[in-house]
Amino acid sequence: MTGTVLTIRQVDAYHAMTVVAPAIAERFRPGQFVAISVGGTGSPMLMRRGLPIHDVKPDYGGTVEFVFPADLPGAGWLAERRVRDSLDLVGPLGRPFPVPRDPVHCVLVGSGYGSAGLFMLADRLQQRGSRVDFVLGATSADRVFGALRARRMGQTATLATEDGSLGVRGRVTDVLPQVIEDARGDVVYACGPMAMLRTVAAVATEFAIPSQVAVREIVGCGTGVCMSCVLPVIGEDGITRMVRSCVEGPVFRGERLRFDDVGTIPFDALGAPGARGPVEGFRER
Amino acid sequence: MSADMRTRLSHVELPNPILTAAGCGGSGRELSVFYDVSRLGALTTPSITLAPRAGRPTPRTAETPSGVLNAVGAQGPGVDAFLTSDLPWLLQQGARAVVSIAGGSVAEFVELAKRLTEQPGVSVLEVNLSWPSMEDRGRPFAADASASAEVITAVRAAARFDVPVFAKLAPDVPDVVAIARACVAAGAEGLSLINTVPGMAIDVDAARPALAAVTGGLSGPAVRPLAVRCVWQVHAALPGVPIVGMGGVMTGRDALELILAGACAVAVGTANFQDPFACPRILRELEEALTARGIERAAEAIGLAHRPSERQPR
Ligand SMILES: Cc1cc2nc3c(=O)[nH]c(=O)nc-3n(C[C@H](O)[C@H](O)[C@H](O)COP(=O)(O)OP(=O)(O)OC[C@H]3O[C@@H](n4cnc5c(N)ncnc54)[C@H](O)[C@@H]3O)c2cc1C
Ligand SMILES: Cc1cc2nc3c(=O)[nH]c(=O)nc-3n(C[C@H](O)[C@H](O)[C@H](O)COP(=O)(O)O)c2cc1C
Ligand code: FES
Repeated sequence: MTGTVLTIRQVDAYHAMTVVAPAIAERFRPGQFVAISVGGTGSPMLMRRGLPIHDVKPDYGGTVEFVFPADLPGAGWLAERRVRDSLDLVGPLGRPFPVPRDPVHCVLVGSGYGSAGLFMLADRLQQRGSRVDFVLGATSADRVFGALRARRMGQTATLATEDGSLGVRGRVTDVLPQVIEDARGDVVYACGPMAMLRTVAAVATEFAIPSQVAVREIVGCGTGVCMSCVLPVIGEDGITRMVRSCVEGPVFRGERLRFDDVGTIPFDALGAPGARGPVEGFRER
Repeated sequence: MSADMRTRLSHVELPNPILTAAGCGGSGRELSVFYDVSRLGALTTPSITLAPRAGRPTPRTAETPSGVLNAVGAQGPGVDAFLTSDLPWLLQQGARAVVSIAGGSVAEFVELAKRLTEQPGVSVLEVNLSWPSMEDRGRPFAADASASAEVITAVRAAARFDVPVFAKLAPDVPDVVAIARACVAAGAEGLSLINTVPGMAIDVDAARPALAAVTGGLSGPAVRPLAVRCVWQVHAALPGVPIVGMGGVMTGRDALELILAGACAVAVGTANFQDPFACPRILRELEEALTARGIERAAEAIGLAHRPSERQPR
């Protein structure tokens, strides 16, 4: 699928690109992502970059905006695109955030450019009458994405930076318990790096409330054919499977994702190496 | 006028020569979101194993210049789930299935060949010989002519008589023609060339291997010259044997290169990751490339680059 670049702008440490892509805009649900091909025809970079969608607008038949960090491999090429250039992007991909039918109190946690994935969700939640409180953070002020918009939209917006350059000194998860308490939060939504999602899920569990966490980085096909993006997830039937975060995610219930086992194949996962597996230490192709 | 794209894998006729490569086209359902998979010459399944497999730990793939390193480890549901769910779905779509099989022993290959061909539905069995042999301390069958031949003899005997058996070979052997000959002598009706090549990348910032499994198989345009060389050498030695060529095909022109080297069909792997529409696009581009060269039937282009040079010695 091809889109046409409408705008590209720098937002502190990140770039935000708006692309005319009516087919994606039309079907988008908050939590879904776009998979972008970088480098153009004959590119040496063969994997797509899955990125959270920041905004969807009806202009020009439908536009989508996504945000990427300057250190994303291929960011240089992407940032050099100009208005009216065409861009190869596929989407919307993945399963969206489940949105409660009835009004509830929602705490939305984002770190780095992961925050970008939360604003369309906030919009949808508020349309349903839910209360939204934001917690945004990053290592430093220039890496906190969307602080202004969060302040405008949220009932409250709590900011945290590791160097103290904006808001509270610390991590988003340091301030999250207080926000859940003050807002009487019923559910937590989060988008950010894996380590942050893990802590968010743990905090939600302490409060005995559900969490919906969105995996931020997906490098691969984005469509479910390359098997790069698997995570150990506990299914409805209690069985752990290695599931693809691009098709079965990127949104998971926090308590179903086995954060401690990410990067491993848990011994009790379906099809984990056992008596029948290949000889350890040898690779199959 | 458009070219006649039909081709044959042994006695099995395909409407066109573009296939997905094993492990790169999913179960077919994933790509069917983008196009009708019955438009493919055939869909090659990921290598099917007897038991379900969770695969290797992550990171499983790494991007390298014009390539992808992978150590997915054949994550899959196992033969039972494949037979009850994935295969019937493919057939329902009107798609043709080349079913790749992988086992750790000759007995496992035999069991898979039997189970999969008990009922009709499998167009071709592709034997993934790059799998480590449990009986030979994890050495891939494909590394050795006699080990490869042993598997092929057993699979040929176990599979239904009317299902062609294709041996999928690895390029990282001193003499790919010797392995190809041994497989054909053992009863393989055709050959699939090439599987991935062992490689490794290190994340320099983290100073650690990029893959959890340390090494992985390299695919993509980086390996295309290896694929062209293997297809060329094997076609020259065994001109009557059908070859499914693969390795780094990104465009119709790349597919034509493998056909000119001697492939009668071309499988597309890594390109599906970059472009979910890769297969139908490559088919269209191949058709255009043939027409532009005045070639009316795809079959006429098979091995065309082997024709004697027209240049006369002075
Ligand atoms: C498609 C893609 C591919 C990428 N490939 C690479 C690559 O090949 N190599 C590479 O090095 N990077 C890669 N990256 C990563 C990316 O470049 C950087 O991780 C990213 O830029 C970090 O920036 P950020 O501002 O979003 O920071 P974040 O990582 O979001 O910022 C850190 C913040 O996260 C929160 N946080 C982090 N850890 C915890 C914790 N344990 N508990 C609580 N909170 C926590 C804190 O609020 C902290 O301030 C890739 C990213 C993408 C999207
Ligand atoms: C992620 C991935 C998974 C693969 N899985 C299999 C497999 O299960 N069985 C097999 O025979 N080959 C497998 N292959 C090899 C491909 O089928 C193909 O031979 C190889 O990638 C070269 O083609 P390409 O460069 O077009 O990808 C896999 C390749 C990749 C990249
Ligand atoms: S990114 Fe390829 S399967 Fe998820």
